[in-house]
Amino acid sequence: MSEARSEASVGNAATFDTHPGADAGVTPESPLQWSRVQGRVTEEGGAAEQIRVVERPFLGHLVLRGGAITLDEAVRAELGVSLPGKPLGLVLDAEGSRSVQWVSPDEWLVIVPAGEEFELENRLRARLGDAHFAIVNVGGGQTLLELSGEKARELLMKSVTYDVHEHGLPVGKAVGTVFAKTSVVLRRPSEERFELVVRRSFADYCVRWLRDAGREYGLRVESASP
Amino acid sequence: MFHIFCPYCQEYREEEEFHPSGQAHLVRPADPASVSDEEWGDYLFFRDNPRGIHHEMWVHRLGCRKFFNITRDTATYEILETYRMGEQPSITAANAEVRREQGVQTADGGWQTVGAQPENSRLNEETPS
Repeated sequence: MSEARSEASVGNAATFDTHPGADAGVTPESPLQWSRVQGRVTEEGGAAEQIRVVERPFLGHLVLRGGAITLDEAVRAELGVSLPGKPLGLVLDAEGSRSVQWVSPDEWLVIVPAGEEFELENRLRARLGDAHFAIVNVGGGQTLLELSGEKARELLMKSVTYDVHEHGLPVGKAVGTVFAKTSVVLRRPSEERFELVVRRSFADYCVRWLRDAGREYGLRVESASP
Repeated sequence: MFHIFCPYCQEYREEEEFHPSGQAHLVRPADPASVSDEEWGDYLFFRDNPRGIHHEMWVHRLGCRKFFNITRDTATYEILETYRMGEQPSITAANAEVRREQGVQTADGGWQTVGAQPENSRLNEETPS
């Protein structure tokens, strides 16, 4: 990956690619690296348990701030999805791999597959031009855990103060709330799974909590890639 | 435990997600250089401590992370209304009797706390001490 590809300057903001590529000599480590060393995470696949926790590391997390109308136009043009129209909304693209989430009245969280966020950020910056906005790549600060299985809801009921029943957290809703004495962004992208966006430094703690809380049901923590 | 209506998230959340940030509607003197020490000291350090209706600033620190205002009764702990920054309260100490007649409502028209629901209204009535 060349210098020109990994660094860019659009307008007066300097951006850089947080995925340096294989030839840069840096081995990326997922936030659950320590958990893996400690044997708390297994490779994907294996015996079916009642709850599956799958880590999705290295995704592109971007926080967009600014006016809803300006950002909506830009995001729709570059990503093909519109900003959620209501508070606590979560919108996914047709594939289901890119999402835009309402975080606060002037703040949205965009999650895209690994490596796409640098291009996306530059394209958004170019399109937004001189508008009043901010884009921050927060991918290094948080990670995403997927929770699925028939007992996943019961596990969450023990861990969060939020009402995770269908009427409290329907598909297409995402809330920031308390999870096991720490903060979490709890997302419901589809009927069969929940997503937890947790702080990178709390990832091991959250996994330990989930393993403990899920012991009675049987729980596996898997990582999609090392 | 309070059950607080966040005016930005537009729903009720547990108190655990919030943090109080002191008295609301404090106005910084427009020209700090020209005010007297007493006025500046009042602005910086002195806060109201009423018995009854109080307007407070809270932050939804684990949700949308926005500041907003709560009108609360310090004697009964009743939350009378929550409203966004920049808005004015509809219930103040001057018109406190309004809530006695109309009940205790939030901006969305719902009931704010369990203690404020009609079937529990007896619990809210002041008892002679």
